[in-house]
Amino acid sequence: MRGGRDKSSGKKKPGKRKESTRQGWTLRLQLKSNPEALSLVRAAVERAAELLHFGEVESRAIVRSVDEGLANVIRHAYGGKGGRPIEVACYTVPDPKKGRAAGGIEVILRDSGTPIDPSKLKGRPLDDLRPGGLGLHFMKESMDKVEFSRQKGKNQLRLVKYLT
Amino acid sequence: MQIAERLKDGFTILDLTGDIDLANSPMLRKALLGEIKEKKTPKVFLNLKGVRYIDSSGIATLVEGLKAARETGTRLILYGLSTSVREVMQLSRLQKLFEIFDTEEQALAS
Repeated sequence: MRGGRDKSSGKKKPGKRKESTRQGWTLRLQLKSNPEALSLVRAAVERAAELLHFGEVESRAIVRSVDEGLANVIRHAYGGKGGRPIEVACYTVPDPKKGRAAGGIEVILRDSGTPIDPSKLKGRPLDDLRPGGLGLHFMKESMDKVEFSRQKGKNQLRLVKYLT
Repeated sequence: MQIAERLKDGFTILDLTGDIDLANSPMLRKALLGEIKEKKTPKVFLNLKGVRYIDSSGIATLVEGLKAARETGTRLILYGLSTSVREVMQLSRLQKLFEIFDTEEQALAS
């Protein structure tokens, strides 16, 4: 974790517009697509959420969403193959509705795996008793924003949650 | 995650401890399906008291175990769910499909 403002703020590059609202500290993690790394990321994100004064329920929601996003990267973008790069970045962001300086957390996951078609992403019907398909549902239920995109040859998942 | 198997009152109890996630849900799957499909245990109790976190792969494993249990006539019974695990069960909207109890005593008496 490092202090200070995001150096990329204000740059007029494609895909950078949303970064202009980032402020405060930044947490960046670089990991490999090994499931064993998930517990470490959960611990770091949990602490980040606590520092932002998220309550226990909200912190668990953020941790769960990041974990599910990473699990999807490992399983789908990388097809279960280990050793592939994943970037996790957490930022503090203001709440656009409330104008508070540190009104929420933004988490960006990036991977270099198989391109994900956002239009084909959908959770499964919950009345269907079968394994799988729950991860996306968990993320959408837990976060204020869940956005998939493809930028500079990488898959990007953007997760945002605001303090209530 | 750690899995310890014990017998109590003639029933098999799997005590789970730690986080259930993508890294170790295959271990849970092996233990659970081993009890249900291979040993054909009539009642399998999962003690989740020591489980702090469960992800969608863990829930999927429980669902797979429940399906196998229905096929073999086994009762799969969960108890000791933490707040975190209960949240995930509610999110999945599958909690009504499982037999869930608060304590071991209640589970064994069911």
